[in-house]
Amino acid sequence: MISIRNVSKYYGDFKVLSQCSAEVNKGEVVVVCGPSGSGKSTLIKCVNALEPFQEGDIVVAGVSLHDSKTDLTHLRARVGMVFQHFELFPQMTVLDNLCLAQVKVLQRSRAEAEEKGMRLLDRVGLRDHALKYPGQISGGQQQRVAISRALCMDPICMLFDEPTSALDPEMINEVLDVMVELAKEGMTMMCVTHEMGFARRVADRVIFMDQGQIVEDRPSADFFSAPQSERAVQFLSRLLSR
Amino acid sequence: MTGLDFNHLLSLLPALQSGMAMTARITLIAIVVGILWGTLLAVARLSPVRAIAWLATSYVNLFRSVPLVMVILWFFLIVPQLVHALFGNAVEDIRFTSALVAFSLFEAAYYSEIMRAGILSVPRGQFDAGLALGFTRRQTLRLIILPQAFRNMLPLLLTQAIILFQDTSLVYVIGLSDFFGTSYKLGDRDGLLVEMLLMAGAVYFLISFLASQLVARLHKKRIR
Ligand SMILES: Nc1ncnc2c1ncn2[C@@H]1O[C@H](COP(=O)(O)OP(=O)(O)O)[C@@H](O)[C@H]1O
Ligand SMILES: [Mg+2]
Repeated sequence: MISIRNVSKYYGDFKVLSQCSAEVNKGEVVVVCGPSGSGKSTLIKCVNALEPFQEGDIVVAGVSLHDSKTDLTHLRARVGMVFQHFELFPQMTVLDNLCLAQVKVLQRSRAEAEEKGMRLLDRVGLRDHALKYPGQISGGQQQRVAISRALCMDPICMLFDEPTSALDPEMINEVLDVMVELAKEGMTMMCVTHEMGFARRVADRVIFMDQGQIVEDRPSADFFSAPQSERAVQFLSRLLSR
Repeated sequence: MTGLDFNHLLSLLPALQSGMAMTARITLIAIVVGILWGTLLAVARLSPVRAIAWLATSYVNLFRSVPLVMVILWFFLIVPQLVHALFGNAVEDIRFTSALVAFSLFEAAYYSEIMRAGILSVPRGQFDAGLALGFTRRQTLRLIILPQAFRNMLPLLLTQAIILFQDTSLVYVIGLSDFFGTSYKLGDRDGLLVEMLLMAGAVYFLISFLASQLVARLHKKRIR
């Protein structure tokens, strides 16, 4: 589904990503972790063509991002993305957040879009908040709305960039629960997260990054029981001692 | 100053009213066109295409570096000649049109600065979120970024509008009968120049003061 092939990216002279290669197969859940600044967000943004990269290629659902004939806008519409800071549109109600792209991008009727939006809000337990503005609900609720917004587009896979790291601790689980459910339904997911409990429960594989490189890419059980690289060992012990 | 009694002022009211209508027309049209054109300029200045950004920046710098009164005069003097040269026919009264064009183009430079700051005040993540949902860059700007930029900058946009309202009095240089011009002419005619100018000043003050109070209240409500 997602194939990252020898991708390198530079900011001027600084090499943010260095020959990264990884595969996410259909129905797989892959967790990406690593120290802050290691390039996780950059990598996941590259997958959605939100960031350009200079070398290598990424192929999503058989479509190459570096092929000049590829319609990147169309591709992004099919890939769902959830951000650390939710990025709901503050000037619109929750329901409008869910409907806008359905109507303007997928050309659904307003009624159809609303029906779909309400169904997905129901699923994350937020039906009663449909007419509120993002500023009027909690962070955890906003992130659940953001996930619903992405799901409204019937994505072929979902990308998550630290979806819980801006949340108060007591709200993390309500978001993780939604993600776990999604994973169990068979959604293809690439998640940047430091929630190792989540990784253990649903991840098929864990990718560990450091300084722009993919240092490890292994089945999650193996990664947790016996990380191979020195850097991963250090990273895990630091996470656990927090 | 006993010359301007209430009854006399009342008799001047129709003329003053049509002067105020002229002032209001220029102000409102220049606000609308200035904001639209200014927003386009702001977007152009942030364009990844260097040439476009450079052109827009030059435009803004040019208009911000010349006095408004000269812009008004230039358009008044140049436009008829241009029309004459292009079409060869005599030009009728273009004072109003040339004033509108001058104000719109001039104000756009200032509005573009405000809108540019507004666009930059919207977090980058909002743009990514728009693109990630499948919107084009243009749709993302129009549907997501600009409404927020506009909202964030509303107090500044309105403040600029109040300045514009006062600046419209400069159309006296091309002999247009706006509120200020009308007051001046009537005062001159009746030998009550000082009184009429004081009256006009008071009206400009009152309207501007009330409007800026309104803006301040709006701003406070926004911050809370
Ligand atoms: N726009 C940018 N310009 C220059 N450097 C950047 C930019 N964005 C990110 N970086 C750098 O790239 C590195 C990787 O960033 P990021 O992908 O956000 O890391 P992570 O998500 O793993 O914390 C960091 O060192 C960061 O400072
Ligand atoms: Mg990050």
